[in-house]
Amino acid sequence: MNAALLENDASMAANARAAQRVARAWAALALVEDPEIPAVSVVDLGLIRCVTARPDGVLEVGLSPTYVGCPATEVIRHFVTESLSAADIGSFVVTSVLSPAWSSDWISAEGRRKLLLYGIVPPEHSSTMRDGLRGDRPVGCPRCHSTDTERTSEFGSTPCKALHRCRACLEPFEYFKCI
Amino acid sequence: MSVAVANAGRTDAEARDLFCFVLRLGDLSLVLGQRLGEWVGHSPALEEDLGLANIALDMIGQARLLLSYAGEIEGRGRAEDDIAFLREHGEYLNPILVEMPNGDFGQTIVRQVLIDAFQLEMFERMAASADQRLAAIAAKSVKEVRYHLRYSSGWLLRLGDGTAESHARVQSALENLWSYTVELFAEDDLDKAMADRGVAPRLSEVQAAWSQRIGEILAEATLDRPKDRPHSWHGKRGQHSEHLGYILTEMQHLQRTYPGARW
Repeated sequence: MNAALLENDASMAANARAAQRVARAWAALALVEDPEIPAVSVVDLGLIRCVTARPDGVLEVGLSPTYVGCPATEVIRHFVTESLSAADIGSFVVTSVLSPAWSSDWISAEGRRKLLLYGIVPPEHSSTMRDGLRGDRPVGCPRCHSTDTERTSEFGSTPCKALHRCRACLEPFEYFKCI
Repeated sequence: MSVAVANAGRTDAEARDLFCFVLRLGDLSLVLGQRLGEWVGHSPALEEDLGLANIALDMIGQARLLLSYAGEIEGRGRAEDDIAFLREHGEYLNPILVEMPNGDFGQTIVRQVLIDAFQLEMFERMAASADQRLAAIAAKSVKEVRYHLRYSSGWLLRLGDGTAESHARVQSALENLWSYTVELFAEDDLDKAMADRGVAPRLSEVQAAWSQRIGEILAEATLDRPKDRPHSWHGKRGQHSEHLGYILTEMQHLQRTYPGARW
């Protein structure tokens, strides 16, 4: 075997190892629950922007805040670091990614399903729609599915949610704001 | 204010300008966030308590991003908390409007509409700033500011077009606060330099858009637009009303009494 082939083999092996680390990192991240909405993971919410093996051997995990003032942001960062530390992925760094700004459009289909099951109505697609921003669209009740609902408060228990009430079954419920 | 280290290819003078400009934006958010926080536990209804507290949180979030950046530009190792809690009265560069007392709920709402509309027009344009960090902060914040304005203008419509009492109160608050809006758009050398370098939009452009938007909201709220009168306020240059002193006394108490205290 000549030197070029050996080198090629070595680089393929390195690539495979990097891919394994990235996969293990994603698996570890999928276990990190949102501290305020434990029904969904940080991956479901679209908060993980990238997991990249850098040339210097460090695995870079890009994390986005939902709202700039969300008090959960630091707790999330802590849990992410903790979960990655236990995942046998070698050296890593968690960076904060501000641009492009996080959007509720990035919540995965799986995340939307879990939110609804948990009793929180997922945000409208898409955040750029004027209707969604102005809140003119009826939000369906997560329990009885009636669209005869009203908003009772623009703001809720966390920065990402608003309060609504169903006029049909009279139950209050939360709506994940469209942003 | 002296800036020790120029970075990212900036000259000392450019770094000093950018530092001051970022402080203007960051201090606006910080002081208004602190003001709104005073409502927690005192709002007219639970929903409004949540609303004002949430907006306050977003403001503090903006301040954290901006003051951290200011610290990096300055290059003297000051972190966001050092800048927020350990500066003196005259080193704050926020416009005076945000330090005005909360008054009643109506006055808080009037102040909020005026500032939300200002931040909206400012950040929408600053999302295209030549300074990438500021562009990212603006693009992130503008989404939240749009929501703030939806809340504050919704209340202004209800209060302005509500009862005779609510109308009279918000009209009076508007008369009281209107003159302080002049400062938001009074372009000085720093504002001009920032616009020339493509860091910030021209304030005249921001003012035109703000004025139109505010005009529409006031008309819908059946409120009279106060007359513009010449005023010179210089909060942006560190000359403040007496109110800021009281705000800082409360805000800085913990860090002044127990230096370096952490959660």
